[in-house]
Amino acid sequence: MIHTGILEYKKSRYFWWSLVLIIVCVMIYLTQSADDPPNGGTWQGYTTGTIGAVLIVWLSLLGIRKRNYRSRSGTVAGWTSAHVYLGASVVIIATLHSANQLGWNIHTLSYVLLLGVVLSGFVGLYYYLTLPQIALKNRNGQTRDSLFAELFELDEQGKEIATRCSSDISLMANSAIARTSIGGGVLAQLLRSDNSKVKIEQDNNQLLVENRDQARVLQIIANRIPDAARQSEVGPLRELLSVLSRRQAVIRRIVRDIQLQGMLRIWLYIHIPLTVALLIALTMHIIVTFLYW
Amino acid sequence: MQTYQIAIIGSGPAGISAAARAAARDQEAGGEHTHILLESFDLHAKTIQQYQKGKLVMAEPGYLNLRSECEFEEGKRESILGSWADTIKRYNINIRYGAEAVSISGSQGDFEIKLANGDAIRAINIVLAIGVQGNPRRVGVPGSEDPLVQYQLDDPDEYNNEDILVIGAGDAAIENALALADNNRVTLLNRKGEFSRAKEGNLNAILAAIVNDGVTLKCLYSSSVKEMENISDDTLSVTLNTPDGESTLCFNRVIARLGAIAPRRFVESLGIEFPNNNPESLPELDKFYQSNVAGIYIVGALAGYPLIKQAMNQGYDVVEFINGNDIAPADQPLLEYRFSGLPFQLSVDETAERLRARIPMFDQLNALQFRELLIESSMTVTYPPGPEYTELSQKLTTIEQGMDSSMSAISITALRQEGDIIYDRGQFGTSFFTILAGEVLIESTLDDGEIVKATLERGEFFGEMSLLSGHPRLERAIAGVGCILIETPRRTMLKLISSNSAIAEGISLVFTSRELQRNFAPRTSLSQLRKLAGDIESIQLKAGEVLYREGDTEQVLYIVKSGGITLSKVVDGSDIFVHQARTSSTIGQLALMGDTARRETATATVQSEVLRLDRESFLALVQSEDAPIEALQRDVADQISSYTKMEVRPEAGKAIDFMLDEGLGEATNALIIDESLCIGCDNCEKACAETHDGISRLNRKEGPTFANIHIPISCRHCEQPHCMKDCPPNAIRRADSGEVFINGDCIGCGNCQTNCPYDVIRMTAEAPKKPGLFQWMLFALGNGPGESKGHAASGDTNQVKKATKCDACVDLPAGPACQNACPTGAAYRVTPEQYLALVEEKQR
Ligand SMILES: Cc1cc2nc3c(=O)[nH]c(=O)nc-3n(C[C@H](O)[C@H](O)[C@H](O)COP(=O)(O)OP(=O)(O)OC[C@H]3O[C@@H](n4cnc5c(N)ncnc54)[C@H](O)[C@@H]3O)c2cc1C
Ligand code: HEM
Ligand code: SF4
Ligand code: SF4
Repeated sequence: MIHTGILEYKKSRYFWWSLVLIIVCVMIYLTQSADDPPNGGTWQGYTTGTIGAVLIVWLSLLGIRKRNYRSRSGTVAGWTSAHVYLGASVVIIATLHSANQLGWNIHTLSYVLLLGVVLSGFVGLYYYLTLPQIALKNRNGQTRDSLFAELFELDEQGKEIATRCSSDISLMANSAIARTSIGGGVLAQLLRSDNSKVKIEQDNNQLLVENRDQARVLQIIANRIPDAARQSEVGPLRELLSVLSRRQAVIRRIVRDIQLQGMLRIWLYIHIPLTVALLIALTMHIIVTFLYW
Repeated sequence: MQTYQIAIIGSGPAGISAAARAAARDQEAGGEHTHILLESFDLHAKTIQQYQKGKLVMAEPGYLNLRSECEFEEGKRESILGSWADTIKRYNINIRYGAEAVSISGSQGDFEIKLANGDAIRAINIVLAIGVQGNPRRVGVPGSEDPLVQYQLDDPDEYNNEDILVIGAGDAAIENALALADNNRVTLLNRKGEFSRAKEGNLNAILAAIVNDGVTLKCLYSSSVKEMENISDDTLSVTLNTPDGESTLCFNRVIARLGAIAPRRFVESLGIEFPNNNPESLPELDKFYQSNVAGIYIVGALAGYPLIKQAMNQGYDVVEFINGNDIAPADQPLLEYRFSGLPFQLSVDETAERLRARIPMFDQLNALQFRELLIESSMTVTYPPGPEYTELSQKLTTIEQGMDSSMSAISITALRQEGDIIYDRGQFGTSFFTILAGEVLIESTLDDGEIVKATLERGEFFGEMSLLSGHPRLERAIAGVGCILIETPRRTMLKLISSNSAIAEGISLVFTSRELQRNFAPRTSLSQLRKLAGDIESIQLKAGEVLYREGDTEQVLYIVKSGGITLSKVVDGSDIFVHQARTSSTIGQLALMGDTARRETATATVQSEVLRLDRESFLALVQSEDAPIEALQRDVADQISSYTKMEVRPEAGKAIDFMLDEGLGEATNALIIDESLCIGCDNCEKACAETHDGISRLNRKEGPTFANIHIPISCRHCEQPHCMKDCPPNAIRRADSGEVFINGDCIGCGNCQTNCPYDVIRMTAEAPKKPGLFQWMLFALGNGPGESKGHAASGDTNQVKKATKCDACVDLPAGPACQNACPTGAAYRVTPEQYLALVEEKQR
């Protein structure tokens, strides 16, 4: 095996590291005696707390390591593998540290933020593990650029065929091509919302109507074929329909690709700010703890 | 008719410099022109005129002093051409433009040069300085010499609102047509039905432009020009043969880009001999640059010296030589430094003579080749640890301190201690060593771990295996008692091999003997094997050529000398990959061990060379008592079982076939991305840009994909790098660990970009400075990590552009940044040994 994924990195060595760490922490936790109930303030509590805090700081350092391209501290793939296993173990360690003493305070806020970071981390991990394959299948051996190139090529073909159709069809086809909307804002990308429009002639008025997934323009052309005004128009209409259908398929792939790439990125916009908030809350938690010694 | 003392053909750097020297002599003598300079173009120095506008012309090699009437130092194309134009005036050089020499008759003292326009020039001596660019191929129909028909395009923006016919289907024609279409109505004439010679990028661009109504460009396929006729000052009527019959159209201008005719045919027609048919071979010259035709001298690029300064110095020297003045060449001081640590105190010329007398192989070289070999090579002397060593070491340090910074590229004698390792197994060095004195120990390790030692002595050489095959060293070489070595770089050696058949044969014979020794008779002496090696045939194969087919019967085995051979087999009607044999491995030995019918088909993966060992030679070899019969048998057994394993996994075979088709058969280290893991974060590209002056040498998205295997556009560090071939300043090097990289000597000529079949070299200007990581993170200053957007695309011609490509992070202790920065493990650099493992995982 040459390429290994995040979880299998070096035969999953960091899974075992985390497991050992968790077992050690559980054992420390269990040494707390009954008359001095488990609590963040016992020496056991301090120990698990320190381990947790150090881990959180180290986990955050991934952001620095990722951008330190000359670093000699191992590969980012190794760091990420360790990050997800150790990151998951932090929840358990922090829970042991808190010993379930929750309330409306800064301490609990840190805990909740931690859960948020970890949760978003799991979402990201899930995306990393599943989406690349889906994207690979969706692109079908092409690149996004080559898909766009194919689209532009089909645009040109479509416009050329449209010149051989009646003026209303030509107007509609050209407007459908011109008004095709791909992507848009972050939300539009992620939800694949489609703002495409098409101009149609109705009662001698030109109307701009929605053309989601290019469905309307295809429908109108398909409807037109059986009752084309002239027999000679049928040929171009069918050609146009076929080109625009291929166009639809390409657009679907592009939009899906944009969505998948967006999903691979968007979760970090939750993971990172939560991390920053967590680091602040954690600092306050520690200061407060020592102030009220 | 006047008979000139010297006629110089070609006004490039070499020709102008020669003419200026001759003109200066004329002026000293009182004025009469005894020289003439013939130039086919209508301006001087056509090669330089054709550099892109504003190109910074580099004055490499820095340590060489210029010796010429003409000035030349690093500067803009325009200022250099301007200063040469001044020289032509100042020395009153007798230059004739539009004078293409087409034939020469007569002999020394009475040459007659025929020009394209029918004129003749008489001369006593001829200096040929026509470079290697060749002259443009003409349309060759009536009217093709009309002034409105041009064979090059300097500045497309000069023309506006014209009807222009561009003829040709190569990159130059396409690029010109596209550029002209911005402001003109362009018709592109293609003799064929498609564009088959164009680069991928140009092909896409022209096809897009043809269908795009917004671009005023159309293309006529399968058409040719019948005749052209000038009908007014600015109109040509052109008659075309088209698939629909003849048609006549009018144009304001015709631009024909039909490629160049290489000068070799012309040179040969003068009676000048080349050592062989190899297109890279050079005419043989004596120490005065005189060819085998007495009175015809050759200088500049055509003589094998590809840099401007060298060409200019030779132009000066050759005129002095012709006038009977035997001056020392301008590079004499280099040799003084090179010889400074030798244990005998002789003059440079005496030392050179002595070396030549001692080494049989050097006897085969002519004076010029030998001198070049000395200048390009480095010298090493060896002493045992002790006072002599210390003394010399001090002397060399003093010399080094006395050299100024412009001389940093000069190598003085290198010093080693006895017992030092010259190179080790597995290193990628490709240089070639000749022993001048003393001994060298060669240690090879056999398959079973046993170490066999051999001693080489004066006059012998080593390192030829890596030189010829590109394979890393297979043995260890140790400096022995009193050894003095010449180390010659690959490029110089290859040039010698292609231009001197005696040297080529000598090296090849030793190569074959050593291969036989290594594979079949590790303890037999080389001299014994040499006889046998002489009978062994070496076969050249083009990529895709079949060596043998499944079912053939022949009792022969092959040793791969260079390149690679793919073995495949028909299973259930389809071709299935079973093995790829790389350099210095053997194939087909089963035919000599019982099974005479071939079970596989052997095809050259890339251009390759193999040694053919027939039954008699094989038996003669293995009859010696030390033949490693058992090891050979084990090898065969291993081969059979590994072939069979591949046979039952056609999917894996297809993936490997794909990789080999994409040229990975000659790679030594290639970046492969597993698309099923890649999250498209482009961290790999960012890491590359961040560790390489802001310019990424890797294009992740582009490049072929098969299933989940993606080969991005990035250097593969080829076994025999194509890019190295014509680099004038020899700026492309290979590190001991195998990385191919470009050093600071690059002059931006773009040859490597053209020569690399994998499109991995880009010509780029320096990237703008960026703030540090923390400034960016905390204060959002400037661009984040990665290549600044639009930088490489910006067409600012005033900036120096140099070749950039992946160097596999030779200088980074952590290794390749792309691979290290990938968060998912998708990006991985693999060596050929890992290809099988790579497709294994596909079965996940
Ligand atoms: C793109 C590019 C960039 C380069 N950059 C550099 C650089 O920065 N620094 C550097 O040192 N080198 C550079 N080189 C290499 C350099 O250009 C050549 O080494 C140099 O031009 C060789 O000089 P020459 O006089 O031998 O031949 P050329 O310069 O090729 O001159 C030959 C001349 O002979 C004329 N001619 C040819 N045939 C005939 C004929 N039959 N009759 C009459 N005239 C004829 C031609 O028109 C031409 O003017 C570069 C090369 C290229 C292609
Ligand atoms: C306290 C816990 C955690 C902290 C503080 C934390 C912090 C971080 C930070 C700072 C980054 C760097 C992001 C960037 O700069 O691009 C990151 C990336 C990441 N984290 Fe976490 N994380 C935590 C837990 C987790 C967990 C539990 C998982 C998964 C199970 C996880 C999965 C990831 C992944 C997959 C990345 C992306 C790696 C990359 O693309 O380079 N994290 N995390
Ligand atoms: S630049 Fe091209 S030719 Fe040179 S080593 Fe890299 S891939 Fe091979
Ligand atoms: S760094 Fe890895 S995951 Fe990111 S783009 Fe490059 S190969 Fe893909």
